[in-house]
Amino acid sequence: MLELKNVCKTFNPGTVNAKVALNDLNLKLNDGDFVTVIGGNGAGKSTMLNAIAGSFLIDSGSIVIDGQNITNLPEHKRAAFLGRVFQDPMMGTAPTMQIEENLALAARRGKPRGLRWGVTKAERADYQERLRALDLGLEDRMTAKVGLLSGGQRQALTLLMAALQQPKLLLLDEHTAALDPRTAAKVLELSDRIVQEHNLTTLMITHNMKDAIAHGNRLIMMDAGRVVVDISGEEKKKLTVPDLLALFSHASGSEEANDKMLLS
Amino acid sequence: MSFLSALFNSMPGAVAQGLIWGLMAIGVYITFRILDLADLTVDGSIATGGAVAVMLIRGGCNPVLALLAAFAAGMLAGFVTGMFHTRCGIPAILSGILTQLALYSINLRIMGSKANQAVGVDKYSLIVSQRYVREFSGIKEFLFKNPLPLLLALTVVIIAALYWFFGTEKGSALRATGSNPNMARAQGINTNSNIVLGLMLSNGLVALSGALLAQFQGASDVNMGRGAIVIGLAAVIIGEVVFGKLFRNFALKLLAVSIGAVIYYIVLQIVLQLGLNTNDLKLITALIVALFLSVPYWKSKMFRVKAQKGGARHA
Repeated sequence: MLELKNVCKTFNPGTVNAKVALNDLNLKLNDGDFVTVIGGNGAGKSTMLNAIAGSFLIDSGSIVIDGQNITNLPEHKRAAFLGRVFQDPMMGTAPTMQIEENLALAARRGKPRGLRWGVTKAERADYQERLRALDLGLEDRMTAKVGLLSGGQRQALTLLMAALQQPKLLLLDEHTAALDPRTAAKVLELSDRIVQEHNLTTLMITHNMKDAIAHGNRLIMMDAGRVVVDISGEEKKKLTVPDLLALFSHASGSEEANDKMLLS
Repeated sequence: MSFLSALFNSMPGAVAQGLIWGLMAIGVYITFRILDLADLTVDGSIATGGAVAVMLIRGGCNPVLALLAAFAAGMLAGFVTGMFHTRCGIPAILSGILTQLALYSINLRIMGSKANQAVGVDKYSLIVSQRYVREFSGIKEFLFKNPLPLLLALTVVIIAALYWFFGTEKGSALRATGSNPNMARAQGINTNSNIVLGLMLSNGLVALSGALLAQFQGASDVNMGRGAIVIGLAAVIIGEVVFGKLFRNFALKLLAVSIGAVIYYIVLQIVLQLGLNTNDLKLITALIVALFLSVPYWKSKMFRVKAQKGGARHA
């Protein structure tokens, strides 16, 4: 499905601010994997997702999705394979456009955009059904500007948009971190539902270890720009938070890291 | 009384000029409001439009074709600014300034190294001319000689075309690019090519307006675009301030921009009749635009203070 091979990325190379963000990173996802990603600040979690999405080009290594090498593809072309939800609720939607227009933009991801109408009647009915399933009352506000929605509503909408055009891979970058606990739980539950419904291969970054254990079929832990722990199946189901902490200090070789990770 | 009659007599001219500048302002609206980027190319491309149209008409070209050629020339100018910005990484505002400066030389070349070129309505068939702006003698004369009906029709047609375009998939992608480039790219939209497209469309309209303006005035001038961006912004902002609450529909918003330009020229005519020195015009325009641009900022500041006070009282 997704294969990262020897991926390296250094920001600001050759300066005092040089930062090795991805250090010979290797990762292989199988079809239908729902992988939660944990790790301390600066471990390279977001950098990995952004490298896959093409926010920047990597220094070396390769990124392959479904047999297609996308290492040098520009961001907007990779979008055809990817669904993305960002940490910042502002980032995933166009605030000055209507809810239905945002959905229609997402429905045309990876397709040529021509001079047909931007939103068709048939689409509208379909979107209304999908919005109703969110149970946020958005189905009656289809022509409202997205800028008027709350953070949670926006993340829910972004999730819906990400799955509208079946992506090969769903990237969730701490997409509940900016929400209050109740909304976060709701959005997380919705994520689970959408992933299952469409059988999406998913990478989800989270800072919450309980969430990382409770969701998905596989868990990876990153440190210093590489994957240091990779647990799946039965083994993952039995994991507890103390187990994870022990694994982390073992993998990174430092006790301090414990607190750093808990606090971040 | 003579003041009022002089003012009354100057109104058709002011409205016609306002309608022509309204097309230019709609171009500015596309970059400033839809793409969310300030494009200073327009100061040059409006003169390019005038120069291309006048030289073509003088050479015997059909005036409608000359208008289309001016539109194309403006699109080319926008394309260059877009390339500076998206391919060379130059900030948008600087890209526009570079193209604008380059256009000064290019415009002189188009006009055969002269600073201005006349195109008399007696000698050539023109689409619009100042001479007939007070032509109300009969229905036929009014409809076919007076520039006002034609300018109105043109404004309506252009607004309708833009309304259609921005409703299509391509137009929606352009709007998304201006609204949130991150989201646009995540949805597979090539933001760079959309920025270039928006700049081309905008400058095409601006040059078209320049072509009409040159015919209306009977000459093109290499300096006719100086400060054009500020007039365009003034029209956009006046339109928003006056009709912002009333007009929600996209076509009506564009119409508000056009009316904004007309209001600008009517007010201008009034202050000129009151005896204002024409040399001070640009100073006053700049101050008015600065004032209106700062209104939203001050408003948000005041509302925040009020909200805090209100909150404290309830606490």
